[in-house]
Amino acid sequence: MSARCRRPSPMSVFDFPPGREGYYGAYGGCFLPEILTSTIEELRECFRACKADPAFWREYVEVMQSYSGRPTPVTYLDNLSRHLGGARIYVKREDLNHTGSHKINNVMGQGLLCKRLGKTRVIAETGAGQHGFATATMAARFGLECKIYMGAVDVARQRPNVFWMENLGAEVVAVEDGQRTLKDAINECLRDWVTNMADTHYVLGTACGPHPFPEMVSYFQSLIGSESREQIQRLCGRLPDRVYACVGGGSNAIGIFQGFLDDEGVELVGCEAGGLGPGPGGHASRLAYRDASLGVAQGYKTYFLQNEDGNMLETHSIAAGLDYIGINPILAHLWEQGRVRFEAATDDEVREALRLVMRSEGLIPALESTHAFARAIAEAPTMARDDIILINQSGRGDKDIFTVADAIEDRAWKAFIRTKAEQYGA
Amino acid sequence: MALEPFLRERLARKPLLVMTHVVCGHPSFEDNLRALEVMAEFDVDMVELQFPFSEPSADGPRFVRANQLAIEQGVHTRDCLAFLARAAQRFPFKLLMMGYYNTVFKMGEARFVEQLAAAGGSGMIIPDLPLDEAGELRRLAAERDIDPILLMAPTNTDARLARLGEAARGFVYAVARKGVTGGKTAMDEALDVFIARCRRATRVPIGVGFGVSSRADMEFLRGRADIAIIGTAALAAWEAAGEAGLRDFLAELLGAPQGQGA
Ligand SMILES: Cc1ncc(COP(=O)(O)O)c(C=O)c1O
Repeated sequence: MSARCRRPSPMSVFDFPPGREGYYGAYGGCFLPEILTSTIEELRECFRACKADPAFWREYVEVMQSYSGRPTPVTYLDNLSRHLGGARIYVKREDLNHTGSHKINNVMGQGLLCKRLGKTRVIAETGAGQHGFATATMAARFGLECKIYMGAVDVARQRPNVFWMENLGAEVVAVEDGQRTLKDAINECLRDWVTNMADTHYVLGTACGPHPFPEMVSYFQSLIGSESREQIQRLCGRLPDRVYACVGGGSNAIGIFQGFLDDEGVELVGCEAGGLGPGPGGHASRLAYRDASLGVAQGYKTYFLQNEDGNMLETHSIAAGLDYIGINPILAHLWEQGRVRFEAATDDEVREALRLVMRSEGLIPALESTHAFARAIAEAPTMARDDIILINQSGRGDKDIFTVADAIEDRAWKAFIRTKAEQYGA
Repeated sequence: MALEPFLRERLARKPLLVMTHVVCGHPSFEDNLRALEVMAEFDVDMVELQFPFSEPSADGPRFVRANQLAIEQGVHTRDCLAFLARAAQRFPFKLLMMGYYNTVFKMGEARFVEQLAAAGGSGMIIPDLPLDEAGELRRLAAERDIDPILLMAPTNTDARLARLGEAARGFVYAVARKGVTGGKTAMDEALDVFIARCRRATRVPIGVGFGVSSRADMEFLRGRADIAIIGTAALAAWEAAGEAGLRDFLAELLGAPQGQGA
């Protein structure tokens, strides 16, 4: 077994003190209706057994290698580094996974776990559609029935992923409640789960929600961090100075950060959706801006964008996958401990960064991932030339073609869509 | 009078008590008040006032919509507490806060319990706050004679039911089936067995809710449960035909009014 197949070593954040299982400092926990108590206990037990079984991890790594193309490479961005004139920039290429993002890591892991649970049906929420796409793929591969809940707003802005999910055999439900985005899709999954838990596993897509989800999703995503650490050392002979990752719910970030948590010299930077800038309602930044406060919703305790009654605020981001009210409780804890720095990138900064990365390197990061690029691009020039930056490119941007075409006012694309519409007939 | 003795006293003269539900501020507090008046005409024993929350993930479509509409109309926690205080002055039934934990957490547990007690509330039903997380709130509530109502579910193990039953105060809310609020529940053998399991697990009265909507349901519950909990069906009646709709619905369910209203 090569070093990059190594099972995650138990890290201090997951060593819960007695009576505090599922808590990271003040954050996390498990707040679910009584009807799910047995289901979540069954899941906790199964995850515990999987963690204790080296064969489970081996099978997981084998699946990720043969099915998703892992390990994903780390790419040096020479043009961009020179253009910015500061630190050397490296990128972890999660976009090269099957289905185009890091979401598949978590999904295949939970799929194997689902088989152990003996459940025959999976449900999932999705924002950008990447998690839903990955789940539909896994369900097809493992022969599971699959239903995806997606906010109606996101269905409208991420049609290409909906198309693939449906063609992979999943049923996609457009959620019309609330703000009709990711949080509403999570509520709908919880409603399905309280009804169908006997045969259904809820494949939560990010490191949020009730324990054991934050820990379990982090466990599967830790592949990103352990691979990256080894790769960057091989390429540079040392560890990076800073690691950047975008933070929606916070799964790709905790995935890559886990590789460096114990390395004090490595600064970890979480990049949130700054949307239209600070002020309630215009963004989805829970920690970098000061509009969020501690709350309990969707099964866990963390910082939420909410009002004084505890009702959730509108959120906004150019990236559907970052457009969420809450944040990974492990990251909230690491932020409070001063281990992870939080920053936000606005929609405008993201559009600029995307253009620059496409033109200078021929990479098309997802709008979500571009938030991490935007912060790295802002900070790189202030760093020394032998400093090293590692960015997690959590996904590829093909899915964003409609949003990006709108954002950059691409006339040729609009003409093409008009022609296509005419061909389909009015 | 504390909740359990109040229920015991009523159970001595009525075989099956009734708890109904309104969503605060939906369609308006004036409508809520008229709904409570109708409920009083039928000598309802308890009413749960739902404090609207933006993420009501344990509720079905009708309550989800009601929560959303109430919030859009600008209903705040303080308005719900003020309404509860007004209702407590006026009606003989007991009033319970029903809602999600974030509403309590955001105000601060101590302050919330204080204000609920000052308003005249008797209990709280918080479906997303499991017993294991409720230690401090239960301690604060006990000091102010507020009963945090525990839910029991058909998916619970006997060991879990025993733990819940031991900790229960006031009464137990037995969830008649899997799923969210609203929709139909089969009043059958399985429910009978579940209610009996709840009964063995606790000495406090047992209310049964989720899908209770017809006279036949009431007949099924009589002799099995202590309290019938009526939620979505009453809201549906109000939304369809207002005061008259609710009155007809309750008459169908409970028989003619007892005339002990406000
Ligand atoms: C490509 C990509 N990156 C990032 C995210 C954000 O999720 P997380 O913060 O869990 O990594 C998403 C979510 O949909 C995504 O599709």
